[in-house]
Amino acid sequence: MPNQPCGILGFGAYIPYHRLTRRTIAQAYGDRAQAGEKAVAHYDEDSVTLAVEASLDSLLSCKDSVSSIKSVYLATTTPSYAEKQASVTLAAALDLNTAVRTADVSHSLRASSQAMLAALDFAAVTAGLGQNTANPEGPSEAQHQEPNGVVLVAAADTRLAGAQGALEAVLGDGAAAFLIGSGEQVIARFVSAYSIAAEQTGQWRSASDEFVQMWEDRFVARMYGTALRAAVHGLVETSGVMLSEIHRVVLPAPHARMQQEAARALGLTEEQLVPGLEQHIGHTGTAYAPMMLASALEQAQPGERILFLSFGEGCDALLFEVTEQILTYRETRENSDNRKSRSIQGYLKQADNTLAYTSYLKWKGLLPLEPGRRPDPDRPSVPAMQRNLRQNLALYGTVCTQCGTKQYPKQRVCISCQAKDEMQEYRFYGRPARISTYTVDYLAASASSPVMIAVVDFDEGGRMMLEVTDCKPEELRIGLELDLTFRKLSVAGGLHTYAWKARPKR
Amino acid sequence: MSKKGITDRVAIIGMGCTRFTEHWDKSVDDLLIEAAYEAFADAGVEPADMEAAWLGTMDSGYAGMTLSSALKTAYIPVTRVENMCATGSEAFRQACYAVASGAYYMVLAIGVEKLKDSGYSGLVLREPPSDGTALNLTAPAAFSLLAPAYFNKYGLTPEQGKEVLSRIAWKNHRNGALNPKAQYRSEVPMERIMKSPMVASPLGVMDCSGVADGAAAAIIVRTDLAEKYRKDPVYVKALSVSVGPGDGRLRQDFDFTYIQENIHAAKEAYRQAGITNPRTQLDLAEVHDCFTPTELIIYEDLGFSERGTAWRDVMNGVFDLDGELPVNPDGGLKSFGHPIGASGLRMMYELYLQFQGRAGQRQLDTPKLGLTHNLGGFPWQCVSFISILGKERY
Repeated sequence: MPNQPCGILGFGAYIPYHRLTRRTIAQAYGDRAQAGEKAVAHYDEDSVTLAVEASLDSLLSCKDSVSSIKSVYLATTTPSYAEKQASVTLAAALDLNTAVRTADVSHSLRASSQAMLAALDFAAVTAGLGQNTANPEGPSEAQHQEPNGVVLVAAADTRLAGAQGALEAVLGDGAAAFLIGSGEQVIARFVSAYSIAAEQTGQWRSASDEFVQMWEDRFVARMYGTALRAAVHGLVETSGVMLSEIHRVVLPAPHARMQQEAARALGLTEEQLVPGLEQHIGHTGTAYAPMMLASALEQAQPGERILFLSFGEGCDALLFEVTEQILTYRETRENSDNRKSRSIQGYLKQADNTLAYTSYLKWKGLLPLEPGRRPDPDRPSVPAMQRNLRQNLALYGTVCTQCGTKQYPKQRVCISCQAKDEMQEYRFYGRPARISTYTVDYLAASASSPVMIAVVDFDEGGRMMLEVTDCKPEELRIGLELDLTFRKLSVAGGLHTYAWKARPKR
Repeated sequence: MSKKGITDRVAIIGMGCTRFTEHWDKSVDDLLIEAAYEAFADAGVEPADMEAAWLGTMDSGYAGMTLSSALKTAYIPVTRVENMCATGSEAFRQACYAVASGAYYMVLAIGVEKLKDSGYSGLVLREPPSDGTALNLTAPAAFSLLAPAYFNKYGLTPEQGKEVLSRIAWKNHRNGALNPKAQYRSEVPMERIMKSPMVASPLGVMDCSGVADGAAAAIIVRTDLAEKYRKDPVYVKALSVSVGPGDGRLRQDFDFTYIQENIHAAKEAYRQAGITNPRTQLDLAEVHDCFTPTELIIYEDLGFSERGTAWRDVMNGVFDLDGELPVNPDGGLKSFGHPIGASGLRMMYELYLQFQGRAGQRQLDTPKLGLTHNLGGFPWQCVSFISILGKERY
């Protein structure tokens, strides 16, 4: 079937729970307050953990797609390592087959659209190949359902600006994820794309810089407009679709004002423009345009065209057409498992905007602190990390095949029947859980004190002791329902330790 | 008395214990020397009489050399023992069994810990290399997990629960105020305990044992030789240790209102000593009050109170110095302080003094049978040790 449509099969997003109001920043310096707030990654979050959350969100309504994921692209300008791939950590946390292609796309706010274009190329090349590659023995009823290869494209950023600067108020943290592939399940068919690469220096961060820098607004706006118009005109010319025939335009801009100016210059109407998220979460770097696209897909109707624009040293323009499939897709999203897919609208509502400016500085490492009265964590043992990879990243424990007792961490001798080596792996992710007892530890050293620890019992069996994050001590109670969330436990000796924590189910 | 065990086969003929406090001016060697020489003098024996020694320390030194170099022992076997906070008791247990076996006539069991040189508040464990996912959980937080579970199960409001816990700390401080070797030697009003700064909710600073340096020692001989050294030796009736497989962390049926290892250790110790009703048969107990909720559930685990009723017994003063069953008359870990490796032997030191009528202002009326309970680890998995010591041979 060479003419199978390619495009988006699913989408998800993640916005950190904590929000810093611009008024809070202004108050810290006695400055005049600006409106709005920005999303701030918790101290235990980074671009990798944000990407994991968004990807899990995108997979909630496409669970069948997990086994079809053949490639994972992670777009970020803020990976946790300069040398060591982030996308492979993402794949491990999602429990993907190791026979998967992974790539980090970085160094530009346009990294996300470039990852998406690469994914669409992959989808086009492999469209219709799913049945053949899945079972070379020949056709059968079951394999008719086998989908073509799917690419997971995640975009996440946690960019840092210097304190009290204009950019500090603007830059926020967030992530989005898309499943790109081909076939009848496509919810937004890819129509056409046009890219402009332009050697421009509007915003930058050198290899040795900690903070993003930006040239004067007026000049950046001009460069932005030039690249944008070139890409949009190119797309209109090659696709034959007029701007007036496009229903929703994702037009990300470094500032809300720039978005308005650019829209006016292109002759777009207010209705066509997908609202920016800057007032609520800030500009989330390379994840910003994808998050706006996710927000558009939450509302788009079948038949609508969506123009997705992404800006950074040039501009990518991608045109999609929403299919009938989006209606059933959205229905599934509302009713998946024990939690709903949250995406942009869901996560926008889950927020704690009481974050103090000093906490923000601590979480971002911008405040030199007195050493705690506890020793710093030791550098983890890499062989030990390697042995426990599936347990710590993909949340596998064991279940005893003799007596059925589920156990975490993984065990060899059963705690209930003492059978030796009669265990099977058992994945705890996504299963409903609640607090059995808990503590609030004011003594443990943490950038987000007090540390909350809960004994977590799973409805389907099994128990874990987990740190509770994104939670206030007064929210804790016996019986409280929890979700599990992928977090960074520590950085020691240059090594990042990732594992799962719990947060109140919201 | 029993088929298994060493009831009345060994006895303590001398003991020593340093004051437990912040010994800024004393080294591990100093503490070991003080405790050991007090024990030698108490027993009327010479250091050279020791045929073997067991040294308990969790983190203050490796191997038997830590002791042999301090005391300059004469090439005798010295074994360093570690079993977390039950380390001191474990050193004592090994020493007793060695004597009971007939291998030695006279041995030394000694425990020491130097916590205050670390510069950190509370206890800091030196962990082996790991994958970095160990919970960021301090000792008070681990034991505070017992509190909400207990309150919830037995219908106590958080306020009621807090008062019960505070009453335990109040009692231990009141006892410790009478003890010249205790780290804290003053009574603390209930209100101050209840309002102390939060450490691990609902536990405040005043719910936590004292962080101290110290050492304690015992000289153990065969019972038939004991009376040659003194008229009032103290007899070992029972020794038990239970080490859990970690059910509490893995299985939902553990509800954090008891510690399974305590129950096993108590059952075995009572069997050895022929105890059927600990509340009436025991004259006193020294238990591991590392944090106030630990002492609360120990009352139930050891059968001093029925399940769900210990909190009432606490409020009724059952375990006070003048109560039905005095618990921690020396002030406990709370007031006496908790230098890990020394604590188990310190508990026995109080029984020893009480049986010999040497407990000063806190002396009980002719106690004859007592229990020490020493716990190392966490509520969900631990080492639980119990000894039962007596003034008289059965």
